[in-house]
Amino acid sequence: MTNKPKVKLFAFLIGGLLVAFVLAGVVSSFASSDPDGLDSVSREGCTFDADDEITGGECMAQAAGEHEVGGPLADYGIAGFDNEFVSTGLSGVLGVVITFAVGGGLFWLMRRRKSVKE
Amino acid sequence: MDTVAMHISNGIVDPATSAVFAAIALAGMIVCVLRGRRDLDDRLAPMAGLVAAFIFAVQMLNFPVLPGVSGHLLGGALAAMLVGPWVGALCVTIVLIVQALVFADGGVSAIGLNVTNMALIGTFLTYGVLALLLKVLPRTATGVAVTGFVAAVVSVVAGSLGFVLQYAIGGQVDGISLGGAAGAMVGVHALIGVGEGLITAATVLAVAKVRPDLVYALRGKRLLPSTPKSTVESAA
Repeated sequence: MTNKPKVKLFAFLIGGLLVAFVLAGVVSSFASSDPDGLDSVSREGCTFDADDEITGGECMAQAAGEHEVGGPLADYGIAGFDNEFVSTGLSGVLGVVITFAVGGGLFWLMRRRKSVKE
Repeated sequence: MDTVAMHISNGIVDPATSAVFAAIALAGMIVCVLRGRRDLDDRLAPMAGLVAAFIFAVQMLNFPVLPGVSGHLLGGALAAMLVGPWVGALCVTIVLIVQALVFADGGVSAIGLNVTNMALIGTFLTYGVLALLLKVLPRTATGVAVTGFVAAVVSVVAGSLGFVLQYAIGGQVDGISLGGAAGAMVGVHALIGVGEGLITAATVLAVAKVRPDLVYALRGKRLLPSTPKSTVESAA
């Protein structure tokens, strides 16, 4: 048995989740809103109007369809919320909760049922 | 339309190609579930859930890389270092599925394309890179940071080339220069890779300092002190 860890696993998980909440809930509002690498390359060759609709040219993005699902949290906001800071932040926090619940739940069900201590 | 699209949308690549990559992604996930089960114990399972949640959070943080162009973490290298390639690929896949189904980010029909580029290429190619680097470099903070940085750059550029390959096979718009797209993708993703590398190195170091046993790539070993003199390590 190796020496005891300084921080308990439970405390580590809570700490990690708190960091994720702050990043998704607060820092996310200060993120760049420019198109990302993939998006900007797929827009290359087209012209866009003020509403970001394609007005001409030829680019990969012109073949993009409406999203199949959409939903109330589409585009990292909460439908019907005017305050962008709250909308982005809240959707981010919800995303962290959902991802942790789905991921943690699936991994917990998948794990080996043997004792860790060998 | 003020959409925040970070991943491949539906319609960009034709349905047949998307279906082929969905099959590739599914096959990859089945292998990851079978092999990942061996790694998953009572300690790694909640850690992997946290890694997925953390990647979701950091993916929201677009940083500027060029005028009018941003980038964000993809997370493959980070996941591979923290929870290993099999479970790591599953972490990134879970993030991509949540984003496609709940946040309208990345087409549902394009999920196989995105999973292949970011979860499969992103984790496995880089796990090879980092396994190699960790053998060559000292297991110090610097060594681990350099490893995370290089693995992250490689993962992002390779993933971006995955998209170029998919577009070459099934791109829906004729007249797009593939060479031009490849050059643009690699160029901008090399810059994004620097950001990804810094985030990956910083995060892995932070975990390694607090709980080295939770860094899969260290395989249960601790970080060595960077100055050989201070090997007195209290009660180590």
